[in-house]
Amino acid sequence: MSRHARRAVGAALQVIGAAALVWLVLAHGACAPAPESSASAQPQPPEQPEEFVPIAELPPEEQLPAAPLLVTAYAFVWAVSLVYMWSIWRRLATVEKELAEVARRTQDQQRSL
Amino acid sequence: MDTTARPALGRRLFPVYAALALVLFVTAPFVIAWAPFEATMGLVQKIFYFHVPAWWIMFLSVFICGFASALYLFKGKGSADRLAVAAAELAVLFGLIGLVTGPLWARKSWGVWRQWDVRVTTALILEMTFIAYLLLRAYGGPGSERLAAGLALFGVLNVPFVYVSVDIWRTIHPATSVVPTLVLPMGLAFWWCVAAYVVLYLMLLEARTRLEEQRARVDELYLALED
Repeated sequence: MSRHARRAVGAALQVIGAAALVWLVLAHGACAPAPESSASAQPQPPEQPEEFVPIAELPPEEQLPAAPLLVTAYAFVWAVSLVYMWSIWRRLATVEKELAEVARRTQDQQRSL
Repeated sequence: MDTTARPALGRRLFPVYAALALVLFVTAPFVIAWAPFEATMGLVQKIFYFHVPAWWIMFLSVFICGFASALYLFKGKGSADRLAVAAAELAVLFGLIGLVTGPLWARKSWGVWRQWDVRVTTALILEMTFIAYLLLRAYGGPGSERLAAGLALFGVLNVPFVYVSVDIWRTIHPATSVVPTLVLPMGLAFWWCVAAYVVLYLMLLEARTRLEEQRARVDELYLALED
């Protein structure tokens, strides 16, 4: 390994070491156990309903239907994958056309020498 | 340049990957529909089956990009650099899927499109790191390959933070313990989708690496023409 590469490895190891140290400190701080409240110690029975609420009176986010969100998510995965495949196909076609052109020019040049 | 030394195996496997990916993605909605509804989130939780595998594949792509970048930096392998570019672009693609499907799930289950909690924010930083990688490669000029390789190594270091963030910081995002505790029908749907994404990824990686190799051949021929 060259001197330059050894220095680069040394620098990379220092960065990894520093990142690991920061991670350990943060993880230790965040993992400190929280005091257990008396409410969480015992299971609570479900609340007794005192009135029936029509669904139209729920907050907007609770009335939101899930199906359009789900369909949008799946459609997006399909759409983005197909568009990306089409983009690769177009770029490949352009490069292969250029490759054929340069190969032809190289052959012409060799023939003329 | 070692552009002619490309193994033909990947090219031969491409139609197999394409056919398998198509079968897995077409059948995935049926397998997902068979999985039971989650108790608190109901139907919208089924976005999970496409959302989580997208992030896993993004992490895989980041690791491949980082490994290939290290090979390029320390061994000077041109083929590794071409693999790194392909993997970086795919990391951005799968990260985008994760970043779009996540808010669609959150809108119903959290009541907001976006929450600036630690998981969502670190994932966004990871995505932006690889967008920066691609911008650097596109507009950085000569020598930007080495700078971009260094940036990819930085991106790899971010992945463990993104993954464990939900377990060590207070967040409303589901924890990593969700996947190992899935009941059988949910687990089957999940691993079915993981398999679909893996095959799709292999197919796209093969095609994208081929594009980089053809570009390298064009450059090689232009140099030969000038000489």
